[in-house]
Amino acid sequence: MAYDYAPFPYIAPPGLAAPEPRHPVIIVGAGPIGLAAALELANHGVRSVVLDDNNVVSVGSRAICWAKRSLEILDRIGVGEACVEKGVTWKVGRTHHRAKEVFNFDLLPDPGYKMPAFVNLQQYYVEEYLVTRCEESDLVDLRFKNKVVSVDQGEDCATLSIETPDGPYTLEAEFVLACDGAKSPIRTMLGLDFEGELFEERFLIADIEMEADFPAERWFWFEPEFHSGQSALLHKQPDNIYRIDLQLGWGSDPEEEAKAENIIPRIEKVVGHSDFKLDWTSIYTFQCRRLKRFVHDRILFVGDSAHVVSPFGARGGNGGLQDVDALGWRLAAVVTGRAPRALLDRYDAERTYGSDENIMNSSRSTRFMSPSDGADRWFRDATLALASHAEFARPMVNSGRLSMPCIYPINAPDAPGLPAVSRPGSVAPDAPQGNGWLLSMLGGQMTVLAIGQPAPDGIEAITLEPSPEITARYLGDEKAAIYLIRPDQVVAARWTKADAATIQAQIDAIWEGRA
Amino acid sequence: MSLITAKNIEDHDGAYADLLAAHRGLDTEASAALNARLILILMNHIGDRAVLREAIDLARTSGT
Ligand SMILES: Cc1cc2nc3c(=O)[nH]c(=O)nc-3n(C[C@H](O)[C@H](O)[C@H](O)COP(=O)(O)OP(=O)(O)OC[C@H]3O[C@@H](n4cnc5c(N)ncnc54)[C@H](O)[C@@H]3O)c2cc1C
Repeated sequence: MAYDYAPFPYIAPPGLAAPEPRHPVIIVGAGPIGLAAALELANHGVRSVVLDDNNVVSVGSRAICWAKRSLEILDRIGVGEACVEKGVTWKVGRTHHRAKEVFNFDLLPDPGYKMPAFVNLQQYYVEEYLVTRCEESDLVDLRFKNKVVSVDQGEDCATLSIETPDGPYTLEAEFVLACDGAKSPIRTMLGLDFEGELFEERFLIADIEMEADFPAERWFWFEPEFHSGQSALLHKQPDNIYRIDLQLGWGSDPEEEAKAENIIPRIEKVVGHSDFKLDWTSIYTFQCRRLKRFVHDRILFVGDSAHVVSPFGARGGNGGLQDVDALGWRLAAVVTGRAPRALLDRYDAERTYGSDENIMNSSRSTRFMSPSDGADRWFRDATLALASHAEFARPMVNSGRLSMPCIYPINAPDAPGLPAVSRPGSVAPDAPQGNGWLLSMLGGQMTVLAIGQPAPDGIEAITLEPSPEITARYLGDEKAAIYLIRPDQVVAARWTKADAATIQAQIDAIWEGRA
Repeated sequence: MSLITAKNIEDHDGAYADLLAAHRGLDTEASAALNARLILILMNHIGDRAVLREAIDLARTSGT
């Protein structure tokens, strides 16, 4: 069943009648990233205004693969369970070369995590759930059909000019989050540019609706018989919607290719029949680029406005949610006076690092999928040829390395006997706790975990008994440990033994932006 | 371990002849493809990223 794009209501903003008081945070853009940022700030008690020039959710499925970390973040802001319930949980990927399967992976359901490895769900559903949540929140003021047309930064605030169906008005904010997407008008207004690579490749992306029993797996083809010399992807979404991506090559004419009479025969060849309905199509050019810096005084870039990657690693939507994760608690602390502005530089450092990792992975996949003539193509073809003869070449076949949260290179106390999965800089692994989950207990606070030992005097901590999951993920060979977890659930430091002063010094360093 | 640059194959003339024999009758493109497969196979056999880097460096700087 095709999605019903019901428009959200426009309500005349108070600023049209009389100047509004200065807002702590204004978010430009109600895509998944802007909406998630508003809810994350609300979790930390910070009010925001969200402005969007449009009044419907994302047209077309766009970002469809939501990774475990994203689902955990979405869960913290109240929509994770809805996404998992509606979405298609999948774990198997199959990669074919011509008619032969050359590589497959199974993201085994690792028990003892609340969230699955991946869920496929159209971006419009994720946005719909986020909008509902924002409307329920007293701390989020969501304004559709409010288009930002200019921005100005002064000593103590930023000023936005906004156009509405009832005319223009202005707003002041201490901080502006530019969540206005890949074509970010705010980026242009500031005269900033992306740096990085544009690949000469085009993909056709289509959502089709059909009754079929294709398994909930990711199917990728290199040079399939049905699409000569190119690549193709088929991925299942809820509501009998399937996503098909077809490589077109740079020589193709995008306008010509986008015509239904050219698209339909191609898809017929993929699915083997013509009993489907074309729901949405788009042509996608590959880019792997980012802004040099994400923080520009009072204007902070988050999501696609800050970085864009080619789609096959699911790093667009997922990468943006990790920005939100890294920014929310820090911005809340700055706005409420808990921390100095320097804390925002840590957002910049961590997310430009994360973005580089995403760009590196996406560029590698793109080079494999769409090799330029010469060495790139020789080695790509050699890998594909070897894959059906030698095991080592199979994992080298690169149809996209799926998004994983990056491990931040933080310089923090660590103890050698503790397991690698929870080393400082990693997201704290989830684990069952009673009837619930560890990550829900952590919430979004700075938390000390005392595992297998009491908390040191003077330190407030959650004490955990070493269950099998806790032992595997947090203790390894040790009997006891102390973990310091940041509000974004990233492990900040860990010790086998630590006194209150040591722990407190580390907490202070984090709030002061030194760690 | 570091890259072995001293003689390391007992019958080097024989091994060299095997390499040429594998390319015999191939056009330039097929030869390039064979070389690419061969390099990937040998890379995997060596398995040590540091050694591979040394090898790549040597190949790159010894062309003139
Ligand atoms: C065709 C297509 C296919 C894609 N496929 C995939 C995929 O398969 N996998 C994947 O991970 N990602 C995919 N992406 C990328 C994914 O959609 C983005 O990473 C994700 O939407 C980023 O979210 P965002 O909130 O940063 O930006 P957007 O979702 O782009 O949201 C930006 C919002 O800002 C609003 N806005 C813009 N200018 C103004 C203004 N002046 N004033 C007020 N509001 C403004 C826009 O209306 C929009 O609502 C795809 C994108 C496209 C376009």
